[in-house]
Amino acid sequence: MSLLADLFFTFFKIGLFTFGGGYAMISMIEDACVEEKEWITHEDMMGAVVVAEATPGPIAINCATFVGFRQAGLVGAVAATLGIIVPSFCIILLISVCFDRFLEIALVAYAFKGIKIGVGFLIFSAAVKMVRKMEKNVLSVGIVAGACCAMLLIDVFAWDLSSVSLMLAGAVIGCIAAGIKGGGGG
Amino acid sequence: MILLDLFLGFLRVGCFSFGGAYGAIPLIRDVVMSYGWLDEETLIYFIAVSESTPGPIMVNLATYVGSSQAGLAGAVVATLAVVLPAFVIILLVMAVFKKLLRYRGVQAALSGVKPCVIGIILATGIYMIVDNVAAVAFPVLEYDRQAGLVTAFLLAVVLGARKGFGKEISPVWLIVISAVLGVIVYSLFP
Repeated sequence: MSLLADLFFTFFKIGLFTFGGGYAMISMIEDACVEEKEWITHEDMMGAVVVAEATPGPIAINCATFVGFRQAGLVGAVAATLGIIVPSFCIILLISVCFDRFLEIALVAYAFKGIKIGVGFLIFSAAVKMVRKMEKNVLSVGIVAGACCAMLLIDVFAWDLSSVSLMLAGAVIGCIAAGIKGGGGG
Repeated sequence: MILLDLFLGFLRVGCFSFGGAYGAIPLIRDVVMSYGWLDEETLIYFIAVSESTPGPIMVNLATYVGSSQAGLAGAVVATLAVVLPAFVIILLVMAVFKKLLRYRGVQAALSGVKPCVIGIILATGIYMIVDNVAAVAFPVLEYDRQAGLVTAFLLAVVLGARKGFGKEISPVWLIVISAVLGVIVYSLFP
């Protein structure tokens, strides 16, 4: 019971402070579930992110379900997923009922402009942490650099190319590299 | 049957949105327009609110649209519908996940995908930091003085915490500090 409550409230906190979508949440989950609670390892976390990216639906929901199921099966998955939804659900409901033009309240708009900038830092530092923990070789560093440059180009020029296609390319390169290595060794 | 429509509409969004909220927005727009729930301008405002409030953007948007169409019941139905596919799919994946990971082919693919995801996240962070200060939508470049100030302060806080106290600022505190900085800077320099 206490584990379920722990799951619910941990993800409640993550849901309450996650601004700016899934990538920002990765650093929150890493902070709470890997470093603080030690529910999953960093390796598991990377696996969860890859699975979350490759499956449909909000990345936050995918990750919460993943961690919850790992800890306490189906009930755990429900507890963690509800935990991450409930805060934003209440906030949006309140906004939709009480404030007709919520973002036109000046102080609210200012705070959110600040938060938007903070979220960029959050995502960047999550990525830096991942690079630090990554097993480094020519291939992995090359793919990080290549994917980073490709994604920047996609963002800047607003190309109609999703991150999923980049990941597919990564998978193909990984397989080719393993094939070459296997061939050379045998 | 507005509730059934909401459920089916957002179930479709939940099933087919890959790669996070920004990939889902065209899909949500399609669903919302085809049912005639909102006009374009209201939808854009809803997206802006969903992006600015905490929580997954897609879930926020579902709650918002549901609430606007059918009150509390609509909000509950739309939110559950958008979450359900991701929830079920992850459970299914996890049931076979461990076995799947042992295959050499899967491991080889993952060895390429993992650094790729890291690169994508890195790019997203860099782009967001730069884009806030100077809107980079080629070929337009627009410098934002206040955002530059907030960015500089935040950078000082982050680096100061690491050098001065030898530890990282927790994400929650970073959010709180950046909200306060936003209020101060944008109030003082309108």
